[in-house]
Amino acid sequence: MALYSEKVMDHFRNPRNLGVLEDANAIGEVGNAKCGDIMKMYLKIEDDMVKDVKFETFGCGSAIASSSMATEMIKGKPLSEVEKLTNKAVTEALDGLPTHKIHCSVLAEQAIKSALEDYRSKK
Amino acid sequence: MIYADNAATTKMSDAAIDVMLTHIKENYGNPSSLYEFGQKAKEVLEEARTDVARVINAQPEEILFTSGGSEADNQAILSAAELGRKQGKLHIISTAFEHHAVLHTLEKLKKQGFEITLLDVHEDGLIRPSEVEAAINDNTCLVTVMYANNEIGTIQPIKEIGEICHRKKVLFHTDAVQAIGHVPVDVVAENIDMLSASSHKFHGPKGVGFLYARKGIALTNLIEGGAQERGKRAGTENVPGIAAMATALKEICSKMEKNTAHVKALRDRIIKGLEEIPHSILNGDAQKRLPSNINFCFEGIEGESLLLLLDDKGIQASSGSACTSGSLDPSHVLLAIGRVHDVAHGSLRLSLGEDLSETDADYIIKSVREVVEYLRSFSPVWRDLSSGKIKHLL
Repeated sequence: MALYSEKVMDHFRNPRNLGVLEDANAIGEVGNAKCGDIMKMYLKIEDDMVKDVKFETFGCGSAIASSSMATEMIKGKPLSEVEKLTNKAVTEALDGLPTHKIHCSVLAEQAIKSALEDYRSKK
Repeated sequence: MIYADNAATTKMSDAAIDVMLTHIKENYGNPSSLYEFGQKAKEVLEEARTDVARVINAQPEEILFTSGGSEADNQAILSAAELGRKQGKLHIISTAFEHHAVLHTLEKLKKQGFEITLLDVHEDGLIRPSEVEAAINDNTCLVTVMYANNEIGTIQPIKEIGEICHRKKVLFHTDAVQAIGHVPVDVVAENIDMLSASSHKFHGPKGVGFLYARKGIALTNLIEGGAQERGKRAGTENVPGIAAMATALKEICSKMEKNTAHVKALRDRIIKGLEEIPHSILNGDAQKRLPSNINFCFEGIEGESLLLLLDDKGIQASSGSACTSGSLDPSHVLLAIGRVHDVAHGSLRLSLGEDLSETDADYIIKSVREVVEYLRSFSPVWRDLSSGKIKHLL
C-alpha cells in the first residue's frame, strides 16, 4: 500500500491555488520551521465571500496536499461556511491521511482560521 | 529507476540468489542432524563462517551468525555490560550518532544502573580519539563506536580508538554495518574486539548478519535454546541466508578496489553538482566518508516532499526529516553534528550503488536541483530567507 491516497498524491503533485495573492486582505500563517511545517494562506475576501485564495507551504507531502485541498474547499464560499471548515473535513476530502499526518490537516484548518482573524482584526 | 538508497538496503547479487536457492531447494538439511544430509548443511555453514572470517582477518570460531546487525549490536553490548557488571565496572562510552540498535540498548543499560557517556561527533561527523581516551576511566567496561555512520557516511578513526582501548584494557565494539564490504576492515590490525555486520547492506539477503567476538570474550545469550553457534545463539541456523551472505561478501570484497574508484568518482561528481545549489551544505567530512554516501541539507525545504518528487522522477533516496523519521524530531545524526532543526528537516541522503552510471549521476544532480528550486518557489520559509526577514543559516 502506498504511503498516501491517490487524492493526496494528486494534490501534492498538482497543488491547486499555489502561490501568493498580491491583493489579499486576509493572511494567516501557522506552524514553525523547527517542527518542519509552515502554512501560509492568502485570502481575498469580498462581500463576506472568499473571492480568491492562494497558499504557500513548507512541509511534507501531506502538508502541501492538505493546504491545496483546504483552499479548494473555501474558494468562492461564504465566510459563514468557511469558518466551519474542520481538519476532519479536509482529511476526509483527501480520502484520509496516515495517523501521524493528521496534524497537517489541523494546520490547514488553523491557517484559514488565522486568516479570518487577521481579516476581522483589520475591519 | 535509479536506486540511490543502498544504505537502507541493497539489491541481492545474482550469485547470492543462486546459492540461496540451492540451499532452499536442495540442501535443506538441519546442520544439527547427524546423517550425511544434515552434515552437508553443516559443512556449508562452516565454509561460510571461514569465508566471512577471512574477509575481516578473524578466526572462523570468532564469527557468530545472527539475524542481522541489530541483533549483533545488542548481543555485543549486552555481553560487554555483563562482563563489566561482574567486575563492578558500569561505565560505557559511545557516540551521539550511533544507530538506534546501539543507542536504545545503551538506554536500557542506563536504566539498569550503567553510566553512559556519549561523545561529541563534531561538525565534521568525526570522533576524536583523544576524547575517547579522556572519557575512559577505571569503571569503563566498553567503548562502542560505529565504523561508518549510516546517514552521513563518515568513517571513524577506528584503528586509533582500538589502539587506545587495547592499551587501556577496555573492550572495543564497532557497528560496522555500513562499512563491511565497502571499505577494508581488519579486526586484528584495528584492535577491534567485537564487530557487527548485516548481510543486506552488501548485496546479501535480509534477516542475516554476523557478530565477530574476539576469542576469549564470553558472550551473553539473547536467545536461549539449542546448542547452535557454540551455545551462544539458539535456533536452527539460517543456512540459505548465511551461505548467500558469505557469497555476497566474498564477491563484493573481490571487487572493492574497482567499486570504490567508480563510486567515489560519481559521489564527488554529485557532491560538486549539488554544492552549486545556493544555501546548501554537505553533511560530514568530504573525504573521510563512505565512497557511496552523499548527504546534504537544503535550506527552506522539507525532506519528505523532496523524496516524493524525486521518486516521481524515478530516483529513490532517503531523508532525515521528522516526517521521514516518524517522530517529531529530525535525524539525531544531523542534530549531533550541530544542524539545527530548521535545516535538518531539509536533508537528503543518496547512497550510490556500484552499477550507477555517469549519466545517472548527472540526472540525479539535475533532478535534485529542479526539485529543490520548485519546493523553494512556494516555501514561506524560503520567502522569508530571501527577503531577509529571517537570516540564512547555511
